Amino acid sequence: MTSIDDDSDWTMVIRSRKGWFDIDVSELWRYRDLIVLFVRRDFVAYYKQTILGPLWFLLQPLLSTIVFTVIFSRIANIPTDGLPPFLFYMAGIVPWTYFASCLTQTSSTFITNAGIFGKVYFPRIVVPVSVVITNLLTFAIQFGLFLVFLLYFYLQGSIIHPNVWILLVPVLLFQMAALGLGMGILISSMTTKYRDLTYALGFGVQLWMYATPIVYPLSQIPAKWQWLIALNPMTAIIETFRYAFLGSGAIQPWVLGVSFAMTILILAIGIVLFSRVEKTFMDTI
Amino acid sequence: MSDVVIRVENLCKEYHLGIISHGTLRRDFQSGWAKFRGKEDPNTKIDLIHNGGVNTNDRFLALNDISFDVKQGEIVGIIGRNGAGKSTLLKIISRVTAPTKGTIKIKGRVASLLEVGTGFHPELTGRENIFLNGAILGMHTCDLEQKFDEIVKFAEIHKFIDTPVKRYSSGMYVRLAFAVAAHLDPEILIVDEVLAVGDLPFQKKCLGKMREVSQEEGRTVIFVSHNMDAIRNLCTRAMLLHEGKVLMDGSTDETIGKYLVDKMGCIGERIWPDVNIAPGDKVVRVHAARVLDQQGNVCKSFDVRDPIVIELEYQVLEEGHHLHVHFSFIKEGYTLFVSKDNLDSPWRDTVYPTGCYRATCHIPGDFLNEGEVSVYLAITTVGMVNVGHASIEELLIFDINDRMDPNGVRGNYPLTWVRQGVRPRLHWHVEKI
Repeated sequence: MTSIDDDSDWTMVIRSRKGWFDIDVSELWRYRDLIVLFVRRDFVAYYKQTILGPLWFLLQPLLSTIVFTVIFSRIANIPTDGLPPFLFYMAGIVPWTYFASCLTQTSSTFITNAGIFGKVYFPRIVVPVSVVITNLLTFAIQFGLFLVFLLYFYLQGSIIHPNVWILLVPVLLFQMAALGLGMGILISSMTTKYRDLTYALGFGVQLWMYATPIVYPLSQIPAKWQWLIALNPMTAIIETFRYAFLGSGAIQPWVLGVSFAMTILILAIGIVLFSRVEKTFMDTI
Repeated sequence: MSDVVIRVENLCKEYHLGIISHGTLRRDFQSGWAKFRGKEDPNTKIDLIHNGGVNTNDRFLALNDISFDVKQGEIVGIIGRNGAGKSTLLKIISRVTAPTKGTIKIKGRVASLLEVGTGFHPELTGRENIFLNGAILGMHTCDLEQKFDEIVKFAEIHKFIDTPVKRYSSGMYVRLAFAVAAHLDPEILIVDEVLAVGDLPFQKKCLGKMREVSQEEGRTVIFVSHNMDAIRNLCTRAMLLHEGKVLMDGSTDETIGKYLVDKMGCIGERIWPDVNIAPGDKVVRVHAARVLDQQGNVCKSFDVRDPIVIELEYQVLEEGHHLHVHFSFIKEGYTLFVSKDNLDSPWRDTVYPTGCYRATCHIPGDFLNEGEVSVYLAITTVGMVNVGHASIEELLIFDINDRMDPNGVRGNYPLTWVRQGVRPRLHWHVEKI
């Protein structure tokens, strides 16, 4: 009998939810095949039964960019740091779309998956992680489109200077994924209790976009308010992304550092809350 | 003792009934802020404060301190009536939800089949879903590739393997789902009543497969079913759950015998002592319901010739409603008939004053056929729009026997009456002309 009481004899011990830090990363790795399958499923299901199919991935940023160019540049006459407005907006929209779709799609994790979560166990974090990866594929396609236009404008002789900051792009991508995932799972954990957050989110993301220098350059903000806008971690990401490819912007390294630290903090809070909610949310939803 | 693969120790699962949080962020903040300053929570109900601040009524113990061991290779059947805690137990073992107290220790991988086709995506084909479902159950793609042909063969869906599963029949669905789970080679297989969907030959095949994995491969199976024949055929041991406790744990025949003899599946009486949490709304609350015999005693089992009395006590809390009490009598999922209280009632076409009421329904003898009958209750206001105040499935369940008796209705006819819900004794006249 004595040997059985030792927990190490057992493959798994199920007990009530105790601490705040009850996270098993190795488990996520064991379920990597599931992540791959979820990504494939979501990516394929996205355009099944649509006429244009994968073309939608290209049309979305293209149409947004055209609309923004017409409204904010032609009609509202907002300056674009001397850059071609089309490229300026696209350089903001493509990364923003990635972040925003990571955020909105992961934020409904618990509610949209309640059916399957209620019937079978797998690490719940698999779902938001696969959403982030699916969106990464979408981003890659849209980023390719951006590069095509970049090359076109470059050959046309526009004044753009891609520079060494391009090397930071993977870091920026990681940061957007982490921020979108962190915010998303934070919200999804809270929506199991407060449904109103779901309604607030769509509006919130829209406001957040206008608080981020996407339709205007950071240089347009008066110097005394720059600190305020720097509190938004997306500001540094978008501004750096734009600077890396177009060579114009007003980014300071410390703002980038603050943004990175905030991202990690938000992700950590998100994971802790998520892992706390995932064990019993089936009883409350 | 080293062959114990599941050890459940003092397992409890508590559910909160009714309101889980205050529902809005503002009120939660308010309560939290008050707690922080050491003041009274402004959102606590008055009566809770006087009861020492802890309301025990809105908690419900689905599992109440359960402990047991399961050895390798056992096929354990879990029986008990609805709400006994069977599904909760399986959910905790499959890690869908966490226990409130206690532990479960498990040796080996668990695959659970709590519902047919969990995780099937309707747009994807059978082939894609096998991989997806296998991965959800914790299998690697390379293992699945090896098992693929075997799964397809077992599920008998070769022709449709590249068809989206949304076009599958429910039988094909359950076949595929069971095939994937059974071929996962889990050390522990958990099956909850899913086989009821498939056709008879497939059910037999599944039971055979479960027996095979257990006996030949030494795997452990936990099986929940209302089908006593399946439990009796398959299981080496059975456990009877009742109101969150293990009432009996032993040989299959003895446990099933206890379940059947004690009419554990029947509910003769139900009482809700606290009007605040009784089923109902602000207009009506149900207080008690009983099945009674002619002498007025609570009874669960009747002879086919005995009259049956169904009694309902309820409280009207708000004046001014035309209330109607409906009983539906249900057998094997089919409604036999519906009856409504106030055709004979003095309250017909008047509004009910507040107060307590008792409605009694008399079912004559020689009317219902043998078998288990459940009563569904609905209390409504009938008017321009119908408003439901309370509805309870399986309010009461009772059993009717038709013994062989030369003087009885059955006479000496030895077989069962199939698919016959009511068998009233009507006036017949037979003459030779």
